[in-house]
Amino acid sequence: MRVYLDNGATTKVDPVVVEAMKPYFSEKYGNASSLHVFGRETKEALENARSVLAKKINAEPDEIVFTSGGTESDNIALKGLLLCEKCRGKNHVITTKIEHPAVLNSCKFLEQNGFKVTYLDVDKDGFINLEQLKKSISSKTAMVSVIHANNEVGTIQDLEKIGGICKGRNLIFHSDVVQSFTKVPIDVNKYNLDLASLSGHKIHGPKGVGAIYVKKRLFVCPFMHGGGHERGLRAGTENIPGIVGFAKAVEISSEKDVERMKELRDYLIEKVLSKIPKTTLNGPRNNRLCNNAHFTIDNVEGEAILFALDEKGIAVSTGSACSSKSLKPSHVLLAMGRKKEESHGSIRITLSKFTTKKEIDYFIENLIEVVANLRKMSPLYKKI
Amino acid sequence: MYTERVMKHFKHPKNQGKLKNANGIGEVGNPTCGDVMKMYVYVENGMIKDISWETYGCVAAIATSSVLTTLVKGKTIEEALKITKDDVAKELGGLPSMKMHCSILAVDALKKAIEDYRSKEATI
Ligand SMILES: Cc1ncc(COP(=O)(O)O)c(C=O)c1O
Ligand code: FES
Repeated sequence: MRVYLDNGATTKVDPVVVEAMKPYFSEKYGNASSLHVFGRETKEALENARSVLAKKINAEPDEIVFTSGGTESDNIALKGLLLCEKCRGKNHVITTKIEHPAVLNSCKFLEQNGFKVTYLDVDKDGFINLEQLKKSISSKTAMVSVIHANNEVGTIQDLEKIGGICKGRNLIFHSDVVQSFTKVPIDVNKYNLDLASLSGHKIHGPKGVGAIYVKKRLFVCPFMHGGGHERGLRAGTENIPGIVGFAKAVEISSEKDVERMKELRDYLIEKVLSKIPKTTLNGPRNNRLCNNAHFTIDNVEGEAILFALDEKGIAVSTGSACSSKSLKPSHVLLAMGRKKEESHGSIRITLSKFTTKKEIDYFIENLIEVVANLRKMSPLYKKI
Repeated sequence: MYTERVMKHFKHPKNQGKLKNANGIGEVGNPTCGDVMKMYVYVENGMIKDISWETYGCVAAIATSSVLTTLVKGKTIEEALKITKDDVAKELGGLPSMKMHCSILAVDALKKAIEDYRSKEATI
């Protein structure tokens, strides 16, 4: 049995999405900028896709710019500040300690180029403190960038409240909504968002395609200079099959799937906590991404759990130091106040709409066995 | 990323557990990532008659613990002390470079267990 429970990393492309993409390889292969019928039919597909995405987040179609993925969108949002007219003379960005590396490392780049960055703390469940946000704002602040749903522990921030604060102070508000998109309702107007990063492959679309929502009249420095595609913000012949697939994935996403994932997730959390002693859930019980469960399992190391489960055909991920290239524990868990040892035994399980109860049962059964085995080998477990 | 031999030792570890009649015990922690390894030896006439281990750590840490004990069981103390982290890695068909520090852990734990045995011997 092969059980994929790492949908936070990427997802299976839905067969319906594959079907939608198929004509755009060898049948409808025109360049969307061409004037002839070949070009016009792909142009139509491109603009349809734009409308689908726009509708999903309550934006206008021309506020959607297609990119190569979430990473590029985050880079455009953050690094765009370097040449942003609205914020000339401002050199301060506020973000959080639990951003995706695409935002964190873009912030580092801004710091190397004269910007100051405030990294907001989070509480034990991963929520930022709105008072700290308010206090951090100064006349130099250009932008606030807060991840909507955290990719490791699934904490969902209150974008509406954060957006309200930004609006009052005339700040640019960006959010990385890569993980929450189609799982949590997003309304760019209600949330007062100026920029939002989206990605295709987390929602059963293809890899290498994403988008950024750019509010009308906001000037963002173009990344790619060229033939003026995408309102001049992102030149380059559009990845039509990818964009069509991305839009199809959005179109077929449903509230019913979200509810099902939530139910399965709660079942899984309940089982793991009750069946495996000395296990804690990381992240909140409520305001949590519908497909995310994240545990610390005492006295076993995450990478060892990962490979032991891998042997059984089960795919999960871990924030353990041993599994990272830098041998550092997850910055998200550390920001939530977890000790180094606690992040050590961490595993993340992320479901999809394709996950079944049978797969969850298979996972739990094997996790119990794997943890018991590894604890037997551990000199720490018996000491307690 | 791991060789087949690493995975074999991880799945079916050798000499795992406590050793009741151990006359030398060594425990080391890994400052890099926080893992702990414990080696138990039973030495008789300068020879490692029995050895076992307990490890809290990654796949590489578990596999190196296991393979090291198979390398030194039945050897004299002097022979055992000559084994390096590279010997351990070689026996496993290689380790990813960022995992080499895990093999130092096993070698150090064994050294400590032998030191422990020797210090006890000296006091008798
Ligand atoms: C929150 C978040 N932001 C950004 C990204 C990057 O997206 P992409 O893989 O499309 O570049 C990811 C996925 O890895 C993510 O989880
Ligand atoms: S013991 Fe941590 S990386 Fe091997």
